[in-house]
Amino acid sequence: MSWILPPSASSFAERIDFIYYLILVITGIAFVVVEAGLIWFMIKYRARPGRKAQYTHGNAKAEVIWTAVPAVTVVVIGVLSGAVWKDVKGRNSVPPNAITYGVTAQQFEWHFAYAGPDAQLGTADDFSVRNQLHVPVNRPVELRMSSEDVIHSFFVNAFRVKQDIVPGMETVVWFEATETGDFQIACAELCGLGHYRMGATVTVHSQEDYGRWLDEQMTTTALR
Amino acid sequence: MATAAVPLDEATHAGSHEISFIRKYIFSTDHKIIGIQFMLMSLIFLLVGGILAAMIRWQLGFPNTSMPGGGILPETMAPGGILLPEFYNSLVTMHGTIMVFFAIMPLLVGVYGNYLIPLKLGAPDMAFPRLNMASFWVAVPAGILMMAGFFVEGGHAAAGWTVYAPLSADPEWTGVSTGQQLWLLSLAVLGLSSILGATNYITTVVNMRAPGMTWFRMPLSIWALFVTSILVLLAIPILSGAAIMLFFDQTIGTHFFDALDGGQPLLWQHLFWYFGHPEVYILILPAMGFVSDIIANASRKPIFGYHSMVYAIIAIGFLGWVVWGHHMFQSGMNPTLGTTFMISTLFIAVPSAIKTFNWMGTMWRGNIRFHVPMLHATAFVAMFVIGGLSGVFMASNTFDIYIHDTYFIVAHIHYVLFGGSLFAIFGAITFWYPKMFGRMMNPFWGKVHFVLTFIFFNLAFFPMHSLGVAGHMRRIYDPTQYEFLQPLQPVNTFISISVFLLVLSQLPFALNFILSWFNGAKAPDNPWDDNGLEWSVPSPPPHGNFKETPTVYRGAYEFSSPLVEEDFLPQNKKLDSDPEPAQAAGH
Amino acid sequence: MAHAAVMQPPPKREVGADVYNEKLGMWVFLGSEVMFFTALIGSYIILRFGNPDAWTAPGAILNIPITAVNTFLLICSSMTMVKAFAAAQDGDQQRLKLYLVATVLIGATFVGVQAYEYTQLVHHGFVPSGYLVGGELAERAAAGELPASVGIYGSTFYTMTGFHGFHVTMGVLCMIFVTWKAFRGKYTATDHRGVEVIGLYWHFVDLVWIILFTIVYLI
Repeated sequence: MSWILPPSASSFAERIDFIYYLILVITGIAFVVVEAGLIWFMIKYRARPGRKAQYTHGNAKAEVIWTAVPAVTVVVIGVLSGAVWKDVKGRNSVPPNAITYGVTAQQFEWHFAYAGPDAQLGTADDFSVRNQLHVPVNRPVELRMSSEDVIHSFFVNAFRVKQDIVPGMETVVWFEATETGDFQIACAELCGLGHYRMGATVTVHSQEDYGRWLDEQMTTTALR
Repeated sequence: MATAAVPLDEATHAGSHEISFIRKYIFSTDHKIIGIQFMLMSLIFLLVGGILAAMIRWQLGFPNTSMPGGGILPETMAPGGILLPEFYNSLVTMHGTIMVFFAIMPLLVGVYGNYLIPLKLGAPDMAFPRLNMASFWVAVPAGILMMAGFFVEGGHAAAGWTVYAPLSADPEWTGVSTGQQLWLLSLAVLGLSSILGATNYITTVVNMRAPGMTWFRMPLSIWALFVTSILVLLAIPILSGAAIMLFFDQTIGTHFFDALDGGQPLLWQHLFWYFGHPEVYILILPAMGFVSDIIANASRKPIFGYHSMVYAIIAIGFLGWVVWGHHMFQSGMNPTLGTTFMISTLFIAVPSAIKTFNWMGTMWRGNIRFHVPMLHATAFVAMFVIGGLSGVFMASNTFDIYIHDTYFIVAHIHYVLFGGSLFAIFGAITFWYPKMFGRMMNPFWGKVHFVLTFIFFNLAFFPMHSLGVAGHMRRIYDPTQYEFLQPLQPVNTFISISVFLLVLSQLPFALNFILSWFNGAKAPDNPWDDNGLEWSVPSPPPHGNFKETPTVYRGAYEFSSPLVEEDFLPQNKKLDSDPEPAQAAGH
Repeated sequence: MAHAAVMQPPPKREVGADVYNEKLGMWVFLGSEVMFFTALIGSYIILRFGNPDAWTAPGAILNIPITAVNTFLLICSSMTMVKAFAAAQDGDQQRLKLYLVATVLIGATFVGVQAYEYTQLVHHGFVPSGYLVGGELAERAAAGELPASVGIYGSTFYTMTGFHGFHVTMGVLCMIFVTWKAFRGKYTATDHRGVEVIGLYWHFVDLVWIILFTIVYLI
């Protein structure tokens, strides 16, 4: 039982996590106040012989307070969330220096397309790797995603990234990994009987390693 | 239908002569019998849904091991007792479907809409008794169609209870064809039943109130059922339309949700959630109404802030129509809409908070009797607070990126639907059981059931929040497939054991329900010293309900009034100071 | 429904709306119907904007003249329905029966013409899934005269007009029942609720058709 988010490894993860801890604190306070009050009332005002309940129909002042306080609180949460949302998922949120990859999802595997020697995606020299995404560290990465069959969802726990992939349209998501290593990609939208095993790996390389890996791939692709 | 002009006071006439057993108990037009029929049907479905849940939890707690008793399932579902992934998907789909459409919704609306509306408003029956009978007898074939899906080739629907297209639209993707089609047909038929019911409830509330029963003297349970009926009336046809389109995609080759030929998969989600979010409030508003009645009764105090309670019900009903996009933040929908939907969604916290604090305000300085219905009602408030607060996390589109489609949402929906609606249903059943069956339920076993259910409910569902926070996806057959989920397996096992105990904890309730029917103590007319009109007639009330139309002099919550000696003051009790109601009251 | 014969004047209610139950109930039910057609028409609009190429110019596939005549017929049936209601108010049994029978006949004709329209369209090769393989329209599409694929056009066309036709059919059946009761003299100048209630439904279905005819056939 833990309320702590798992370690993160992307540039915007901290801002998303902040929203979580903010809401956790606010709702935590509300939770304690309400539940404690409820228990206190249950004990204090339990029926005892000879007592009569107070005959009252309400209190306008109290009702205004407990209408206004939640209203102001949710506006604050909304404004703060909206600011992060705009930078993570908003219309023009993908940083201009991002490297673009193609992602094709199908039952029950992932295909990641990389630009070939011409550094342009969508040309004949692209190459594609099954279930393995390789990206450089500290560099924004843009994924242009499409589906061959049903709806899938691209989810990387450590990067706080999730985006549905819908057949018939291209969905775009971006992230910037801040740590090297292997991270797990999962499908987060029920996509059929193999949904539970539609996993893949994203490998975050240092800048040099990434260049080396890319060269290797291009050589083998050229040889084929 | 339009022409079925039923003489308005037919019900009272019918009571005056002998009616056959079949007309009285099977094809009955008496709203009370129909309410009980709905209750028996939906309690059976509640049991079925619970068993499906236990099977889901077996696979998650003890992946790929043979389920005890699983050997009786055919090879196509569980060879050697080990559940197959395709069958697991059917289980997930059908647990959700059955609980939402065939257990909780009929328990709240079908049972108590029928039973309470005429009785609490002082009417002899519904506005359209025969339409009422039809609404039950249309629901029965819907249930049969739904259950038939388990026995057809290819298995039952396996695309989730939200049946997202195109997974659900083309048998190629799941291997399920007949099962999915039966699912869609069943819901279209059930929708007809719901619409007939809602038409009836709305007409009855508007037109059949007893003299003096003005809008703002109506009990909150009736207000909630009234607003719920409007939501049913307007939301269900959207689902019917969508289900029919999907059915045509499956059967006659249309392309509504088929991206390859001009259709739009996201259209399904928009239609489904445009129906689906009002549906969520259909599932909670009546529960809030029952709880309001029970808390005021048990606290022996007028409900705190009656008018704001009414406005909060209306506000929730209205907001339900403008928040559906929060189910689709990560769906590829225009991200700017995401922010709009977040704001509208967050504002639901306001009427919800009003209701919660007003319930607490009702208990404040009360003289609280902890009868079994009140235990459930208090649990409702405590659990609804958790479900409401966890909703704030998902309302934030930003944090939803992370917890969308994880166990956090599973925890949230169960805190609202089980911790909320189902506790309120247990409260309502125990509160109105004496009126419905003329017998008291056993309070000791009622308390045992409550305590066990409360403990194991929380042990089962609270840890799901932490699974969600760790990123555990929902609807996955085998979590051990992923390295980052493997450390969570002990939590999964713990949850599963709690769920098994939670299911077993319903045994005392089931026995109490059945045995009290035959052996319970005779119920007096007004066992809880309540003010509602239903308590002024015998338990159970006769056909036609009231000997003569009652006159209402006040609201339903005049407890501990200084005007009278005892601590309750029935709505129809005339004091010397009361004027006769104006002939045109209620306008 | 069989013995819903004993018509009484609507009793006075002390609390409630100033409408009798059947009329209120029909208005409420029509609210539900509005949402049903909203789902179908809303989906049509979204799908058409999302994929305008699947639609042809008006009249390229659909037979507009015959449907225009059919629309005119349905509007006429609303007129006869109004006349029937007026006759019921006047207690004029002869005219009530006459106009009810006329409404039934025109309504049935509408359904008949729609069935004929469907058979013609299928004959030319236009079905709910789009072109019929090997059909006349498929050949014209192959020749470039028509859009390459009209799958979504066929889907929406048949679903919307089909469900409207289903509603008219139900209306005709109920109207036959009302007519039968009119012939048994059940409607009086003071109580003719059945006539008024079926009239509400009939006008609603007519209104839906005018919308459908405009957006499906003319635009």
